[in-house]
Amino acid sequence: MHLNFIYPNESELQWSILIVLYPFLTGLVAGAFILASLERVFQVAAVKPTYRLALLTALAFLLVAPLPLQLHLGHPERSLEMYLTPHRSSAMAMFGFVYLWYLMVVLLLEIWLDYRRDIVLLSRSSTGFLRVIYKIMTLGSDNISERSLHLDERVGWIITVIGIPSAFLLHGYVGFIFGSIKANPWWNSPLMPVVFIFSAMVSGIAAVMLLYMLLTKLRGFKIDIACVDTIAKYLFYIFIIDFSLEMLDLIHRIYEADESFRSLDFMVHTSLWIPHVIIQILLGTLVPIGILGATQVLPLAEHMRKKLYVIAGSLTMIGIFAMRWNVVIGGQLFSKSLLGYTTYTLHLGSREGLGTAIFLTILPLGILYVLVKLLPPWQHESLSLN
Amino acid sequence: MNRFKDSEHLLRVVGVFLVGVTLFLCLRAWFVPKSFGEFGHYRGDSLAEIAALPIIHAGHETCETCHTDVLEVKKAGKHANVNCEACHGPQAKHADDPGSVKPLLPDTSVLCARCHEASSAKPKWFPAVITAEHSMGMPCNTCHTSHSPKIQGDKK
Repeated sequence: MHLNFIYPNESELQWSILIVLYPFLTGLVAGAFILASLERVFQVAAVKPTYRLALLTALAFLLVAPLPLQLHLGHPERSLEMYLTPHRSSAMAMFGFVYLWYLMVVLLLEIWLDYRRDIVLLSRSSTGFLRVIYKIMTLGSDNISERSLHLDERVGWIITVIGIPSAFLLHGYVGFIFGSIKANPWWNSPLMPVVFIFSAMVSGIAAVMLLYMLLTKLRGFKIDIACVDTIAKYLFYIFIIDFSLEMLDLIHRIYEADESFRSLDFMVHTSLWIPHVIIQILLGTLVPIGILGATQVLPLAEHMRKKLYVIAGSLTMIGIFAMRWNVVIGGQLFSKSLLGYTTYTLHLGSREGLGTAIFLTILPLGILYVLVKLLPPWQHESLSLN
Repeated sequence: MNRFKDSEHLLRVVGVFLVGVTLFLCLRAWFVPKSFGEFGHYRGDSLAEIAALPIIHAGHETCETCHTDVLEVKKAGKHANVNCEACHGPQAKHADDPGSVKPLLPDTSVLCARCHEASSAKPKWFPAVITAEHSMGMPCNTCHTSHSPKIQGDKK
């Protein structure tokens, strides 16, 4: 709707679908890591089959997470300058260090420590180029004595404990960037980082649950129903917290009803009605919460529960993507004049188009495929000391 | 050394990190210009370099010393406050040597649309058209006079 109340810098949306994708990808990273930490720190033994898969999923998505930003900004070579000459007063610039910390100190180190025994054994049993890769990954040490593995376990535990606030920081930071923009009433809320963290946990847990079920099925193995039941239970609990926080934010906005409220309310009832109310809240939140709730209270057969988990998990992913969409795109659809509105046209083939977004969503799955081949998450038991 | 036998691999990780940090510091020392941060978050030397660049704009007062006829037309019209070089581009070379450096006339079908293409961001009082419908690719100065953009032949 064009009412001639749009300022010149608002008629064209600057943050495209790639900026929608970015918090979606980092959210999956943080959520997958939190799921892994359930087993490691909180001793939830039932989710053990997904522990390594969750770590590898987090790594695959984390490696791709900066790409949408670099494609959006252009000149990817300049991103190095963020590290060489960091601007300490810029939240976006300092995020580079949060990313690097999470990648190098938390995720890579935890994966390396957990896989070290397997890496050493694989470096002994493999041949050719793979052997060279595994040898490099051992860092020249093939000591897998009981004491050294015990040390790995202890250090790994400490890293996971550090990793939990780091995962919160990683995704809370993304929420912080939106929440701290005081010029935009759709974004400006101190609840934004918290909502982002919980929605990240929801999407990451749902993604690992779906990936675990899919990969186990593809490998021809039986899905560990106790494991999936436990994941679904945690997904249900965290989803309820996430939904409550989002509703708290909504109720607060309705009750406060500041000068921006009428404009935002109009937007929610027009251009954002389908993506926000129908897809995000109804299909992507209430329906999966209802399904997950039903699996908690009804005595459903195993095959039925599995099907419901797949439906709930898939709807959850759609719902969380819609949440990112509604935050990023929704926050640019109205004018600061609070009287004018604009529209977003999603192109298919451009640098920031739908095609690129689909490619960047599939790319982490390709990386995960390579990682799973290189570091099989389910090989721990089958590898023996010889 | 035997004391560290079982933690040697961890020391190797620490070593890898130290090598990484050292490499980063070396790269930083190599890439970041010496004058960076001298006055602010930019290269200090850039101030002197920018100041030394040749001046390319002549300024409207220079243009008006010769083109008095255009000045008279402009003064009376809506474009009175639009500087000459906003449309004609930087003309310092032409001002220095008007005889041999002749500026090219801009293509009005492109130039005028930069300001007068209709957009939701423009206030209602500002003259704007959808050029594809309004002129269908024809240069604007077929009908309008550029320096005082009324319709040619119109007395007003």
